[in-house]
Amino acid sequence: MTEKIVVAYDGSENAHNAVNFALDVAKAKGATLVVVHVLEWSPYSFLTKTEIEERHMRRKEELDRADKAIVSPLLQEIQSSGVTVEVMVKYGHISETLLKVVADTGATQLVIGRTGQSSISTRLFGSVAGTLAQAAPVAVTIVP
Amino acid sequence: MNKYFKAPLMGAAAAPFQAAPAYASTIDETVNAAFANATGWFVSFIFSPFPGTNFPWIVAWLVIAATIFTVYFAGIQLRGFAHAIALVKGDYSDPDDAGEVSHFQALATALSGTVGLGNIAGVAVAVGIGGPGATFWMILAGLMGMASKFTECTLGVKYRNEYPDGTVSGGPMYYITKGFQERGIKGGKPLAILFAIFCIFGAFGGGNMFQSNQAHAQLTNVFGDFPGWITGIIFAAIVFVTIVGGLQSIAKVTEKVVPFMGVIYVATALVIILMNADQIGWAFGQIIDGAFTGLGVAGGLAGALIQGFKRAAFSNEAGVGSAAIAHSAVRTKEPVTEGYVSLLEPFIDTVVICTMTALVIIITGQLVIDPATGLYVVGESGAIETVSGNTGVALTSAAFASSFGWFRYILAIAVILFAFSTMISWSYYGLKAWTFLFGESKVADLSFKVIFCIFVVIGAAASLGPVIDFSDASIFAMAVVNIIGLYFLMPIVKTELDSYIRRLKSGEIKKFK
Repeated sequence: MTEKIVVAYDGSENAHNAVNFALDVAKAKGATLVVVHVLEWSPYSFLTKTEIEERHMRRKEELDRADKAIVSPLLQEIQSSGVTVEVMVKYGHISETLLKVVADTGATQLVIGRTGQSSISTRLFGSVAGTLAQAAPVAVTIVP
Repeated sequence: MNKYFKAPLMGAAAAPFQAAPAYASTIDETVNAAFANATGWFVSFIFSPFPGTNFPWIVAWLVIAATIFTVYFAGIQLRGFAHAIALVKGDYSDPDDAGEVSHFQALATALSGTVGLGNIAGVAVAVGIGGPGATFWMILAGLMGMASKFTECTLGVKYRNEYPDGTVSGGPMYYITKGFQERGIKGGKPLAILFAIFCIFGAFGGGNMFQSNQAHAQLTNVFGDFPGWITGIIFAAIVFVTIVGGLQSIAKVTEKVVPFMGVIYVATALVIILMNADQIGWAFGQIIDGAFTGLGVAGGLAGALIQGFKRAAFSNEAGVGSAAIAHSAVRTKEPVTEGYVSLLEPFIDTVVICTMTALVIIITGQLVIDPATGLYVVGESGAIETVSGNTGVALTSAAFASSFGWFRYILAIAVILFAFSTMISWSYYGLKAWTFLFGESKVADLSFKVIFCIFVVIGAAASLGPVIDFSDASIFAMAVVNIIGLYFLMPIVKTELDSYIRRLKSGEIKKFK
């Protein structure tokens, strides 16, 4: 089995830099690149009755949109690199989901962009990059 | 159910609300008289007592059904409780289904429709008339009601309609139609139509007019008296932009604040109970003694029992069929899992929250006891005399305020929010029944919502008596039809349950956490 490198991608510029960095590493090592896009989702949030009814439909729409607007353009861009690329679109808490993908795929490295799409809550509750740097069981590269 | 209630015994206790001249203007009076005339016959039929007693047959109907389901499913509320918690925690949720509605979300949303005014005002009325003993019977009825919820919510998911765009419609009208067909029983369709009609009445009554009525009562408490139609129009406007204008953000905010309010309420109650820790033993003694002797309340043991059973049935909506509509929208491979989750609702609503209210009222000594006999002092109205002279929501407010003065303001905000959240919930239930009757179309959708908003104004303008009567009657009429359906369909639930438990034991249904 070839080595795997997980890279988180949310469509932002930093994430883009992270993918390019990871691509270089993967090329050098002959590794497979696993691109993960996480849609933030908590099973403990509160929904209205109408939201519950429409949830299944919305989920499909969200997955379609993630594919069309974020994942597919990236794949087109990097397909000429010659690196084997796997794509995952997942729902969940961002850091937890990335850690789970690392564990499930048996990846040896994790590459992430530094700020991603930042917000005030990041300052209050810590950033994804900060959390992963502390909690990941594999080497983490944070790309500015 | 966010509601207060009234029945023959109850007239006196509701009086303080009516005594506040909430309908000073002639518009209000006209609305009121017309409304009372139009609904009187329906109300007296639903609440007629067994001949020679004051025990309404409808309460017996609900309690007997809950008992039958409890026995038929061999105490599912006990043996399934731990599994229900595991489901809500997500132990059995496939991670690949993340992004779909979780069991927790389904439970929280269904609860926000039932936890509310009933838990605050209704319990005060029950304890105020039936004494502490009513609490015992209330808890018992709440525990039994868990089995009714289990049955109806499992069926709600099993027989829902799924549409190509991914949305779903479900509820008693669908399981009665499809389930009866499947079992080869005739009469499913007419029964389903009857349910849908009562559900629309229920949505306009208890789910709407009663709420705007109580919200107005709270506002007059705070701001002094003013005509009800003013509150009605303001409320109707907010409801209108939420359900018609698609301004889901208001509903979203409410859905988030309501659970928070519920937690504050229970936490404050717990603190008050702990502050009076030395009284807890005494309070439970009063509850047990009162349950079997009445401790001097009107009607003795039977008086306490009727009040307790009624409160539980009115509060958690078990057997009414509304929860089946709410739960049927959830995606799950196993209908039984929604049944399991839903059985927690009567537990949280009645056994936990209603009991908290009752304990606070008892423990803070709101009810007047004759020191010579140790019995409660019953006033002329048939209700127990209270220290503050209050009944209903004002009694709960006084009980909490005796420890924390500021709590009355939180309670006032809570009542308004609960009222709004319940209206939004019932607009959904009513709409589902409406589209069942008239088909799923934009016109049907809009016409229901506009009529719904008109009833908000009527509810705020009418005085309490006729509104409460009609609210209760319409919601209980739903239970009559729904439970007939459940009796015919419970073998299907049994088959589902047996198969589920077998696969759970064999390991075919896996734990993911």
